Amino acid sequence: MVSNLVKRYEDVTAVDGLSFEVGSGEIFGLLGPNGAGKSTTINILSGVLEPTEGKAVVLGYDVVSESMTIKERIGVCPQEPAYYPHLTGRENIELIADLHLVPREEGRRRTDALLDLVGLGEASSRRVGKYSGGMIRRTSLAMALVNEPDLAFLDEPTVGMDPQSRRATWDLIRGFKERGRTVILTTHYIEEAEALADRVGIIDHGRLIALDTPESLMREHGAGNLEEVFIELTGRRIREEV
Amino acid sequence: MKSQRIRALSVKDLKRVVRDPAGLFMVFVFPMVLTAAFGAAFGNSSGVGAATYTVGFVDLDASQNHGWAEAFREGVEATGALVVAEYADNVTAHDDLLQGVIDAILILPEDFGDSVESFLAHPDDPGMWVNTTIGLAVDQGSMIVGAAVPPMIWQVLSSTLFGEAATSRPFPLELGTPAQVASSHLNQFDYMVPGMFAYAAIFTAMLVAQAFATEREKGLLKRISLTPTSSSEVILSQVVTNLILGAAQVLVVYATAYLMGFRPMAAGVGVAYAMVIVMFLVLCNVGFGLITASVVKSSGAATGVSFIFILPQMLLGTFVPSSPGLAKFVPSYYVTDALTSLFLRGAPLSSPVIMMDLLVVAVVGLATVVVGIVVFQRYGRG
Repeated sequence: MVSNLVKRYEDVTAVDGLSFEVGSGEIFGLLGPNGAGKSTTINILSGVLEPTEGKAVVLGYDVVSESMTIKERIGVCPQEPAYYPHLTGRENIELIADLHLVPREEGRRRTDALLDLVGLGEASSRRVGKYSGGMIRRTSLAMALVNEPDLAFLDEPTVGMDPQSRRATWDLIRGFKERGRTVILTTHYIEEAEALADRVGIIDHGRLIALDTPESLMREHGAGNLEEVFIELTGRRIREEV
Repeated sequence: MKSQRIRALSVKDLKRVVRDPAGLFMVFVFPMVLTAAFGAAFGNSSGVGAATYTVGFVDLDASQNHGWAEAFREGVEATGALVVAEYADNVTAHDDLLQGVIDAILILPEDFGDSVESFLAHPDDPGMWVNTTIGLAVDQGSMIVGAAVPPMIWQVLSSTLFGEAATSRPFPLELGTPAQVASSHLNQFDYMVPGMFAYAAIFTAMLVAQAFATEREKGLLKRISLTPTSSSEVILSQVVTNLILGAAQVLVVYATAYLMGFRPMAAGVGVAYAMVIVMFLVLCNVGFGLITASVVKSSGAATGVSFIFILPQMLLGTFVPSSPGLAKFVPSYYVTDALTSLFLRGAPLSSPVIMMDLLVVAVVGLATVVVGIVVFQRYGRG
């Protein structure tokens, strides 16, 4: 639950009065152009950034006063993948499992499963510093899910991936939802939001300008896709090209 | 504070050192090469004979107990590393030192013999002692002379006065017969080795500063902060990592020095003590590293700024010659001093000098790491 959330950096307002709720087991898409405030919102909800104003409750806990408890139950795939280049793909994922206190054997089992799911099984013993950009993205996604979080924040998880990897990632996210988990997904890919999200919040200049299911938004605005919805609302395109 | 997290982070950091050629060089290869190079240059195998330095001996002792001055001079000659050239006056000796004829000057004061006798007569009553100072001048143009000669002279003096068994005790309760120092087996390299243990450890400041600055730069500290890992666990893992590396460095330096001919007294207990005191020096430098990481913006700057802490320790407290007064302000001095007493003078662990050195390094080490943690948590996490 997010209520009137505001984040200001000196004279810049990155998030401006954001309010929405996400239900358990839902994939919630935050759609907007670069710089709209999506990542700032994710950072606040995952407890690494304090809001200037407003209130946010995640999994029943306040993001400011109970951030450690929240971190025990969430997984985060940051927009800019952060990884240890001197560690292998497997070691990076197992490290995050250890930091979440996943028992070691269980951590190995989950790591094996995730490596297969993201298509990195064969490359798992290579150092991540030698990976391609797409492989690093997939490693970052596996790092976010290895603790089997109740809620996963996936910040632009498929940027830089080839179409095949992107589809595989979508399947992974759907499978995660089918196990009853919740996903908050930011993206500026229209087709990603349409394919995955149960509901979409469209953000522009830190403000929530529309919130509903993709179908309802398109119907309401007489649009063929969410890009046209965004143009209808702002007069601009979300992105120049995919 | 969970051991699983600390272990995982420490293993991650150890792998960085082992897998990164630069880290591997800095932590293991550099101390090994340095020790081996100095051993080759100044050890027994170097071909540098024992009688290498010429010391101008100015004996101004006018007391009735002149026998002590003679015993002392014979002790200097008996080192085998020093050759005595007698001078009638100070001025001539200084002229020769300036012209490079001799490497150092030793000036015995007028009351040298009286001072020794007063000590022998009243060993437990400092009020009855005749306090005096032996003048010592060394060629400042030679780093090696400055490093090697003063500890040799000190050893000769203490052994002449106290005998060999009590050389590290500043106020011995029992005094042996005036004896000649039996240090002819020691060479310049032997006098440098204690400082090399400290020399290797002080670079921890740079490694820690680089590690934190790099992780902050690459978003890794933020990535870890997205997990339920506390900053205390992150810092403690760095402490654990560097303590392990510090212990390994002690073994590397000792093994290399041994291969180069270093044969210290109290070898077994000495290495164990070296590990303990170097651990505290490592702690101190983890603190310096954290402070450095807190004030710099990039990993590149971390390397440069860390030398603010490294250079004074290196120049004042290792085997590099320095001003004794200033040296007492750097923790590495106490490590070098303690290991010199232990390895070269054969002092027991219970001796006041060794205990006091350990206490100083422990207190400074713990205090510095606490300050480092506080500063980093406040300003360094980014």
